[in-house]
Amino acid sequence: MPDSRPGTRFPGYDVLSKRQGPSWNDKTREVIARRLSTGSEPQFFAADEFLTVVAAANRIVPQPPTRSAIPVAALVDRKLHLAQSDGYRPPGTPRDGDAWRLGLKALDAETRAAFDAPFHILLEADQDVLLQRMQKGELRNPAWTEMTSDVFFRMRLARDIVLAYYAHPTAWSEIGWGGPASPRGYVRMGYDERDPWEAAEVRDGDIESARRKNNRVR
Amino acid sequence: MSDDPFAAPRAAHGRAPDVFRPGGWIPMRQHRQDEPVDFVIVGTGAGGGTLACRLAEHGFSVVAMDAGPYFRPLEDFASDESEQTKLYWTDDRIVDGANPLQMGGNNSGKAVGGSTVHFAMVSLRFRPAWFKSRSLLGYGADWPLDWREMWHYYSEVEDALKIAGPVSYPWGPRRPRYPYRAHELNAAARALADGCEALGIKWTETPIATLSAPRGLAHPCVYRGFCTSGCATNAKQSALVTWIPRAIAAGAEIRDLAMVGRIETDNSAVATGVHYYRDGQWRFQRARNVVVAGYAIETPRLLLNSATGRFPDGLANGSGLVGKNLMVQSNQAVWGTMEREVRSYKGPPSLAITEHWNYEDKGKDFFGGYCYMSQGPLPQLWANTLMSARGLWGARLIEEMEKYNHVVGLKIVGEMLPQETNRVTLADETDQYGLRIPRITYAWCDNDRRLIDHSLAFMTQALEAVDATDLWRQNDDTCHLNGAARMGDDPFTSVVNADCRSWDVRNLWICDGSVFPTVGGVNPSLTIQAIACRTADRIKTMAGRGEL
Ligand SMILES: Cc1cc2nc3c(=O)[nH]c(=O)nc-3n(C[C@H](O)[C@H](O)[C@H](O)COP(=O)(O)OP(=O)(O)OC[C@H]3O[C@@H](n4cnc5c(N)ncnc54)[C@H](O)[C@@H]3O)c2cc1C
Ligand code: SF4
Repeated sequence: MPDSRPGTRFPGYDVLSKRQGPSWNDKTREVIARRLSTGSEPQFFAADEFLTVVAAANRIVPQPPTRSAIPVAALVDRKLHLAQSDGYRPPGTPRDGDAWRLGLKALDAETRAAFDAPFHILLEADQDVLLQRMQKGELRNPAWTEMTSDVFFRMRLARDIVLAYYAHPTAWSEIGWGGPASPRGYVRMGYDERDPWEAAEVRDGDIESARRKNNRVR
Repeated sequence: MSDDPFAAPRAAHGRAPDVFRPGGWIPMRQHRQDEPVDFVIVGTGAGGGTLACRLAEHGFSVVAMDAGPYFRPLEDFASDESEQTKLYWTDDRIVDGANPLQMGGNNSGKAVGGSTVHFAMVSLRFRPAWFKSRSLLGYGADWPLDWREMWHYYSEVEDALKIAGPVSYPWGPRRPRYPYRAHELNAAARALADGCEALGIKWTETPIATLSAPRGLAHPCVYRGFCTSGCATNAKQSALVTWIPRAIAAGAEIRDLAMVGRIETDNSAVATGVHYYRDGQWRFQRARNVVVAGYAIETPRLLLNSATGRFPDGLANGSGLVGKNLMVQSNQAVWGTMEREVRSYKGPPSLAITEHWNYEDKGKDFFGGYCYMSQGPLPQLWANTLMSARGLWGARLIEEMEKYNHVVGLKIVGEMLPQETNRVTLADETDQYGLRIPRITYAWCDNDRRLIDHSLAFMTQALEAVDATDLWRQNDDTCHLNGAARMGDDPFTSVVNADCRSWDVRNLWICDGSVFPTVGGVNPSLTIQAIACRTADRIKTMAGRGEL
């Protein structure tokens, strides 16, 4: 098994090196180009809401300082701005954008009650405790109204953040996924079989061999 | 760059998109609104698309409407999970009950071709005894259909879709050889096969609706693995690329971006047409017959939303059963990690299957059956599964995700029993068209839970047998929607008869997944399409006898 530090399994692998090749069709190029050019200013969230989303995203999907960060909060913001919703919710939970607004307001009420401070300036350990309690449905400030905190965590906050992170090519490279694959697709299907345009994982500690293969991915 | 399939209807001005050529068009016959067509069909998925094709081929005039857009997969589909959520029905819905359902991408599509545009293509026949599960197996309800007749229609559909499957199928009565050869196994499917062999049960290559050889303008599957995000190569034999082009060639008209809000009935309990919203305004299409094929949530919703003074509880609801006996299928999984690379993202998600527990009744403490299949979740789906089902986030999630290429999983499609309390009703809130939205109430029964427990224990053994480690169980998932307008022999206990014809409104038909009295332990689309083919033949026969 390879090195367990994050980001070291697939040295040199970059899904984007296939961007101009036969694994991407025009529609995919267009969609990913738009995603990669997502600006950092929020369009859906208010400024103070956005600070909370950024802070929560840093805890849900922490990123290494050694590469440029995926703009997770901005990606969530864009989805809500375009009103792309999941289309289902329990009674008492508002539609997606309104659920976010309500949940952030409730989280703010919780942190002000407990720490007399907004979420984004808390210590990471304190943020984690709040998120854990939210996940378990233990946050019960009246500001939540009919929406329970665990539903908000599972169906909105953590879900939207996780989906945004794994919608980004940097995350695809990090997990060694082949990425977009039309029209070329794949040929070698069996155990331990790798097409030359797939990520190579470090085996038996041989980082250089994996890196060489990954540099040839087109 | 193509025109935007969401901005304005594409099927108009005497032409429809050619799904096989970027930017291409095919000629399409169009019908006037003020002259009744023989059939107006609501929904163009597995049920409606198939029926539109077969009715048009029988010479009837047909208009089939779909609320969703008309895609050309080759130019409109990206290899991208987020982008492709555009295939899903994501209009507002309320879910409640003890086991609220996940809807959206998990359950229904909104496009010409319906949910088959993003379905996983698994194409299985029912076990014959399930058509009489009440009389023969002691649970559920009998279907008014005979399995031998269905066997004939299954063959028709398998040939129409050029299903790729094994030379001989290990379970059930003889069936013809599948039209196209089986696909090779990926490592995920190999793991399923090895597990079955270790436990001494049979497995087979999954019969699947994606091409293993060229067909006309469509190429074979390239194993890109985006099937449930829509197939950008047209290898997938969805209704969009099979029944719909055939329907148009036979003279049917498709109307995309056409949301039907209400079925009109007159004072003599005859349906006269449908009100639909298209191109910025409400319109009315007159018809001699109305077919509802909107899938098991939208079908009952439309019937309930079409209530009148004469039918205050909704159309076709004399039995009071419209919306009731909604059934999903259990979709639990066991996941693990292998030392070897699996890379289950390559190829269709399910390339190997075992139906052992559909056909073996000994040793069960529950009614019904299940099959299980190999899996191939894409990264967003997988990350969300780890978060929602295992509760992982933070560094633990990131680390777990780095094992993505080593993940192996087995997932069931399991039979859930019909219960009247699992149902679709109308909520007070309205959607973007001003129509009352559906409320979907669901709770598992004890039998459902026993089946799930049995499957999880068995699949755990199967993964242990292939030396997968770190096994964990995904307990909560469900898939597929069926029931809510069941067929039967008795107007008091069913909504439609064996011909999908409503008992109460004689020129109103329901032809989609909603007519299932029970679900069985296999994916439903092949059965939905077989029923649609049968219904078309029955309508032709009845029309010949002047019985329409
Ligand atoms: C992710 C996923 C994977 C699946 N995998 C498989 C599989 O491997 N094998 C299998 O057998 N099945 C599978 N299924 C299930 C299968 O797709 C459905 O059972 C089948 O498509 C249902 O057919 P239908 O005709 O009832 O509805 P649909 O195919 O959903 O068609 C209904 C259509 O009606 C339209 N509609 C609804 N209401 C209105 C209205 N009021 N006005 C206008 N249009 C309307 C919708 O837009 C939709 O296009 C899968 C489903 C999903 C979501
Ligand atoms: S794996 Fe095959 S069927 Fe699935 S999306 Fe790719 S080409 Fe289409």
